[in-house]
Amino acid sequence: MTTQVREPAAEAAPTGKPPKAPRTPRYKTTWRKAWKRDWQLYTLVIVPLLFFLVFRYAPMLGNVIAFRKFIPGGSIYGETWVGLRYVKMFINDPNFWEVFGNTMALGALSLVFVFPLPIVLALLLNEVRSRYFKRFVQTVSYLPHFLSIVIVAGMVMQLVSLEGTVNQVVRAFGGEPTSFIQEPDWFRSIYVSSEIWQTVGWGTILYLAALTTIDTQLYEAARIDGANRWQQTWHVTLPGIRPTMITLLILNIGTFMAVGFEKVLLLYNPLTYPTADVISTYLYRVGLVSNNFSYAAAIGLFESIIGLTLILSANAISRRTVGTSLW
Amino acid sequence: MVTTDPTALAARLDKPAGPRRTSLDDSRGYRIFRVVNVVVLLGVVVVTLYPFVNIVAQSFSSEVFIRTGQVNLVPRGFNFDTYRLVASDPVFWNSYLNTVLYTVTATAISIVLTTIYAYVLSKHKLKGRGLLVGIAVFTMFFNGGLIPNYVLVNGLGMTNTIWAIVLPNAISVFNLLVMKAFFESLPTELEEAAAIDGLNTYGILLKIVLPLSKAVLATMILFYAVANWNSWFQAFLYLDRADLFPVTVYLRNMIAGATSATSVGAVETNAVAISANIKAVTMVLTVLPIVVVYPFIQRYFVSGVMLGAVKQ
Repeated sequence: MTTQVREPAAEAAPTGKPPKAPRTPRYKTTWRKAWKRDWQLYTLVIVPLLFFLVFRYAPMLGNVIAFRKFIPGGSIYGETWVGLRYVKMFINDPNFWEVFGNTMALGALSLVFVFPLPIVLALLLNEVRSRYFKRFVQTVSYLPHFLSIVIVAGMVMQLVSLEGTVNQVVRAFGGEPTSFIQEPDWFRSIYVSSEIWQTVGWGTILYLAALTTIDTQLYEAARIDGANRWQQTWHVTLPGIRPTMITLLILNIGTFMAVGFEKVLLLYNPLTYPTADVISTYLYRVGLVSNNFSYAAAIGLFESIIGLTLILSANAISRRTVGTSLW
Repeated sequence: MVTTDPTALAARLDKPAGPRRTSLDDSRGYRIFRVVNVVVLLGVVVVTLYPFVNIVAQSFSSEVFIRTGQVNLVPRGFNFDTYRLVASDPVFWNSYLNTVLYTVTATAISIVLTTIYAYVLSKHKLKGRGLLVGIAVFTMFFNGGLIPNYVLVNGLGMTNTIWAIVLPNAISVFNLLVMKAFFESLPTELEEAAAIDGLNTYGILLKIVLPLSKAVLATMILFYAVANWNSWFQAFLYLDRADLFPVTVYLRNMIAGATSATSVGAVETNAVAISANIKAVTMVLTVLPIVVVYPFIQRYFVSGVMLGAVKQ
C-alpha cells in the first residue's frame, strides 16, 4: 500500500534514508550465497511463515470443498469431486439473491453515509482554533472505536428497545412506540447509524494527518487571489487531502461485500432477516448452523472473489483516472 | 529520519493546517460559521457520550424504572444492588478471568511473531524479501473465508482449547506493516557496528533493535491487547463450554437472552428474561478497563495508525 500521506519531518531532514527508500539494486545472489549470509534471518522467519501458511493459505486451498463433497470429521479438503453442483445450487437459490441484494444495499448505504462523514468532521475540526477544545472533541469521538462490537450491539438494542431513549422521544412527540429492532424497515437505519457512531471519529485521524501536510503557502496565495474561507477549503484543502480520500475509498470498496458480519450477526433476528440477512450471515447459518459446509464454502468463495475483484478494479480505475493507487 | 515518537506524531494532529489566523481578518460569515461549528462539534460530543451515560445510569437504577422507560441520563431508584448481584456471580468472574488469560496469551504470541517477521521484512538486502512481503500483504485482500477456517481449526483439534482463540489471528498484517516501517526507519549503523563486534542476528535483534523499539512495541501491545479484549466471534465459534467463555461471549449470550438460566437465573429476581439493569452492569464492567486506560493510551493508537499510513 502506498498512501500519499507524506512525512513532512522526513522531507525536511536530509539525514538518514529518504522516506521512500529507492529499491536496492538487485544483487544477483544465488540462494546458496543468500542462505550462507542470512541463514539466521531465514530461520527467524520460519514460525511466522508457518502461521501464514497454516492459518491463511491452507484455508484458501480449503475452498476446494466448494467443489467437493465434504463430510464433517473427514478430510478438510473433502472426499469426491462434485463439480459446480454447489455453485449451481446457490445461483438457483432465491434466498441467496435476497441476501445478495441486502448486502449490496447495506454496502451502498455505508459507502454513501459512513465514508464521507469523517471527511466532514475532519474539516470542521480543522477550523477549530482552540487546541484544547479540538483535542477534547477528538478524544471523545475516538472512544467508540475501542468498544467491543458486543457492547455496541448491546447499547444499540437498549437504545431502540421499547423502553429505550428513542421510543421515549417518539412518545414525547405523541408517536406510537415501536420495537425498532424487530422491524425489517428499520434495520438498515439502525445499522448505518450505529456504524456512523462507532467509526466516524476514528476515521478522521488520517484526514487530519493529511491536512497538516498541506503547504501553507497555497492558502496565502489563494487569499491574495481573493479567495474566501469556503473557496480556500474547496480549492486548496480538499485537493490536498484527495489522495487520502481515494486510498480510503478504494479500501472501503474492497470491504463492500464483507459488510459488518459480526455486527449484523449480533443485531439481526429472524423477524428482520428480509432486510438484515447478508451473504456472510447467510453462509454462516447455512454452513455452521445447518452443516452444509460445501454449499456455504461455495458462497464464501464467491464473496471473496467479488471482494478481490472490487478492490482490484477500484484500484485500477483510480490509477488510470486520478493517478492514485494502493500499489 | 521518520518521527516515530508517539507524542510528536500525535502533536502534529493538534497543529491546524493553513496559516495562523486571527479573528481580525475573519469575514462576518466566517465568524457565524465558527459559532455554528462549535455547536455542531458539541453535538457530536453529546451524541457520542449519550449511550455510555445511558448505560451507566441504567446500571445504578431499579429495574422498574428502566422497564417503564424512565431512565435516560440520571439513575432512578439509585442502588448498588445490581453491581453486588453481578459481582457475586462466579460465572461472570470466571469469564472475566478467561478474557484476561486469552488477552495476555494472544498478545504475547502476536507480539513475538509480528516482531520477528517485521524485522526480517525490514532487511532490504534479504533475498526473497519481496515474496515474504507479498505472502503477508495478499492476505489483506483475499482470505479463505469462514467455512474453510472453521473446518481447519476443527481439523487441527483446537475446538474448546485456548489455541482456537489465540492462534488463528496471531498476526495482523496492518500491525506487521507498522512495525516493518518502524524497523526500516532505524539507523543501520548501529546494527552494522554490532555485527562487527561479533553479535549474530538474534543478538542484534534482542540487544540492539528491541531496546530502541520500546515505543512501537508498546503501541503494538496496545493494538493487540484491545483487539483481543474485545473479540468474541472466535470464542463464540470454537468454544462450546460455558466455563471457557470470555466475558464478551458471556455478555453476548446475555443480550441474546440465551445465557444459561443456571448462571444468571440463579439471581432469581427476574428469572424469565435477564433484566436490563443486569445487562447494563455487565456492559459497564466489561468496558470499564478500556475506558479507564483509554485517555492514557489514545495517543499511542493515533500514532500507530499514522505510522502505518505514513510509510506503507
